[in-house]
Amino acid sequence: MKQSRFAWIVPALYILFLMAPLYWLVAMSFKTNVEITTRFTLVPETFNLNNYMKVFTDERWRSVFANSLIYVGLNTVISVAVALPAAYAFSRYRFFGDKHLFFWLLTNRMAPAAVFTLPFFQLYSAFGLFDTHIAVALAHCLFNVPLAVWILEGFMSGVPREIDETAYIDGHSFPSFFIRIFMPLIASGIGVAAFFCFMFSWVEYLIADSLARSAVIPITTRLQALSQASGTDWGVLAAAGTLTLIPGAIVIWFVRNYIAKGFALGRV
Amino acid sequence: MKPVNHGAWFLVLPMLIIVAFTAVIPLMTVVNYSVQYVATNAQFHWVGDLWFREVLHSEKFWNALWRNLVFSGCILAIEIPLGVLIALNMPRKGWGVPVCLVLMALPLLVPWYVVGMIWQMFGRVDIGLMGVMLRDIGYNYEGDPIDAWFTLILMDVWHWTSLVALLAYAGLVSIPDAYYQAARIDGASKWSVFRYIQLPKMARVLTIAVLLRFMDSFMIFTEPFAVIAGGDPVFLSTELKQTVELGQKAAMSLIYFLIILLMSWIFYTVMTRDDGEPIGQGGAS
Amino acid sequence: MARIDLDNIRHAYAPNPQAETDYALRLVNQTFDDGGAYALLGPSGCGKTSLLNIISGLVSPTEGRVLFNGDDMTSRPTEKRNIAQVFQFPVVYDSMTVRENLAFPLRNRGVKRVEIAKRVDEVIDIVGLQALADRRARGLTADEKQKISLGRGLVRADVGAILFDEPLTVIDPHMKWQLRASLREVHRRTATTMIYVTHDQTEALTFASKVVVMYDGLIVQVGTPAELFDCPSHTFVGYFIGSPGMNIVPASLNGANLQLGAHSVPLASAPRLEGQPNLEFGVRPEFVRLGAQGIPATVSRVEDAGRYRVVHLTMEGKAIAALLREGEEIPASPHIAFDPIGVHLYADSWRVAVAGAGAQ
Repeated sequence: MKQSRFAWIVPALYILFLMAPLYWLVAMSFKTNVEITTRFTLVPETFNLNNYMKVFTDERWRSVFANSLIYVGLNTVISVAVALPAAYAFSRYRFFGDKHLFFWLLTNRMAPAAVFTLPFFQLYSAFGLFDTHIAVALAHCLFNVPLAVWILEGFMSGVPREIDETAYIDGHSFPSFFIRIFMPLIASGIGVAAFFCFMFSWVEYLIADSLARSAVIPITTRLQALSQASGTDWGVLAAAGTLTLIPGAIVIWFVRNYIAKGFALGRV
Repeated sequence: MKPVNHGAWFLVLPMLIIVAFTAVIPLMTVVNYSVQYVATNAQFHWVGDLWFREVLHSEKFWNALWRNLVFSGCILAIEIPLGVLIALNMPRKGWGVPVCLVLMALPLLVPWYVVGMIWQMFGRVDIGLMGVMLRDIGYNYEGDPIDAWFTLILMDVWHWTSLVALLAYAGLVSIPDAYYQAARIDGASKWSVFRYIQLPKMARVLTIAVLLRFMDSFMIFTEPFAVIAGGDPVFLSTELKQTVELGQKAAMSLIYFLIILLMSWIFYTVMTRDDGEPIGQGGAS
Repeated sequence: MARIDLDNIRHAYAPNPQAETDYALRLVNQTFDDGGAYALLGPSGCGKTSLLNIISGLVSPTEGRVLFNGDDMTSRPTEKRNIAQVFQFPVVYDSMTVRENLAFPLRNRGVKRVEIAKRVDEVIDIVGLQALADRRARGLTADEKQKISLGRGLVRADVGAILFDEPLTVIDPHMKWQLRASLREVHRRTATTMIYVTHDQTEALTFASKVVVMYDGLIVQVGTPAELFDCPSHTFVGYFIGSPGMNIVPASLNGANLQLGAHSVPLASAPRLEGQPNLEFGVRPEFVRLGAQGIPATVSRVEDAGRYRVVHLTMEGKAIAALLREGEEIPASPHIAFDPIGVHLYADSWRVAVAGAGAQ
């Protein structure tokens, strides 16, 4: 399909719109607080790295970054691991209650996080898991497991069933077939599912905030505490905020070839 | 046709255990609270549908619900057409493709609280780029509710239009060239190509886009919280977070959840009315 | 209705072609007569789809002209060419009914409602979709969708030619015969010029009254199915058409004798072929006789194809296939002889006429 010669203007303008606030954040991270609050400068007068130095040298900043990455990583592994066999079952077999189960699962994706903050607090407290990485990781399974099952089921249904049958005839057991033949076939699907789990766990605030008190405070909780305090240190907030963009940018880079198909959840 | 195998339940079991722990048990707790009164001495008293009646008679609840509906309606009305427009004009080959995809996906990976923080820094009339530029025409999101609405909607468009655009783009690139060639031979106009080829081929992914955007915008909490810190407009999640009475909170939670389920079901049914196959199982083709 | 002339067409996909190998179409001159049923036959990558797209205007040729009824169409866009095309994978407008699909090309051209309804009804009848006329196109089978594509071409009163790009690729085998038969029937009723691209010789030979064989960017032969079989003008035609294809063996010339290794085959007259290095001898398996006389050979393999058997032999170190009819036996020590009527001589792959040999 031939596009108009000026088609590029639309995405170009849109990307400009996306980049403007991000640019402001990054620019601010290089300014001094004096410059931020007293002078309105489009480009930082000097690129000073003091704000970043403050973030890197402060043990509290380092630990909140680590906390976030740990529970996000844990959640991604748990979600994909339990979703893989479940998605296989949904894509390959009919069984008692399968359709109801599948749709009920999807309804969990519709559950507002605010609904769950109270019971989560009580549940994890009862199990002695409150304020641990695993608690946040498990809690995020609420929306990530249904999503991972849904994505993987879409990719798996694209693989012909004959492949399974051939493998069984060739003498593969189910685990050997699943790990050695099937998983490589849907590798891009697993990548996309992991990407989405990472993404939604990384960006979530409400649940993570409610399940962490002191030991596992996520990065966003610290940002919140500092940004709504009086005498805000804008430069440091901007620097820490800029740093939170990096893990996202890295994972996007890894899945860049699958982004389009991935966002369609394997169902184009 | 898929073979029947009840043994498949064993494959689903690990997932069920996790989901039971993270969804079923907490939801049961909520149900339990919603029909009881918790006294200060941690004594539970059965109160029936009292809390539900209280919520449904609460003006604050209805106001928040109304605001949520207006908000979701606004952002859907902007983000869906805008996303489709961007997808239609995105490059199909060459270096522009990865550049577009990566840059567009970037806002989706920004932690929600940081999204709010970024827009706070961008929109404040004392230090923000947008705030300072619009200050002269009277813009101030902290003082004026209209400006606050404008800022929140702009922020959501910034945050989520890429999701719609990427979904629509995925639908568009899956259309084989032969369709466009046939349309040329049939003398179809640009509009006809859009109406009869591109739009039907995007229908599935757009259904996903509408559902996801509706659900997420209806649950919105973090980003407005970061920008306006509990000020006006108050959405359902904010209202829920601010409710102190346990039973009332639980009852409101259940009503809230049911509204989302109902609305999603309506959207889904309406949008897939003409479509023989559901997007759920076995959707890949 | 239209006669289509291709005048010195050359096409390269990359800009600034230099070498001959840069061209997907090296040089094509061909006339498609009005009302004819043509097949463009050739292997993948021979340029047949490029040629089709040049005719329809989806691709514009690097050099040369395309004429419809003598009018130069080279720079006209597709929609102005009065051409219809049926693609490899069925292209239908999913959200429309069968009837709306057929009306679509007319609606786009601003034809009056009454006229549209009349034409659509006629076409529904021609392609045999009466029972499905008001069904949505989405749920139909591949062959029904291909009929819709065909119908969208037929519905236009001014359509000059209908082009088919391997239209049976995704059709179930048992439906292929039926759809092909309906294509022939449509051709008989409408007498529209039809050009049918395929790599399947059965499809080409059963559909077309004239088959255009393409190889490596060139048209190597145009003829009726019988001509292609009896008198292939290029070794590729001999090898590509027929099952199994023609035996092609390197040979040299010794006066009026064809030298195959240590043995010689007499020709009717001595051809003048001085200075032709790549001389080849071609004979179809149908014209290879096995008996006690001739060139000794050894049997390497026998395939039973039901009504006949294909015997693969080695003669002078070269592979040769022979056809044995039912009841014929393989001799104990087989010798090969050639029926003079089926003997052809090729120089640089192109056929050389030898008086008295081969059918003229």
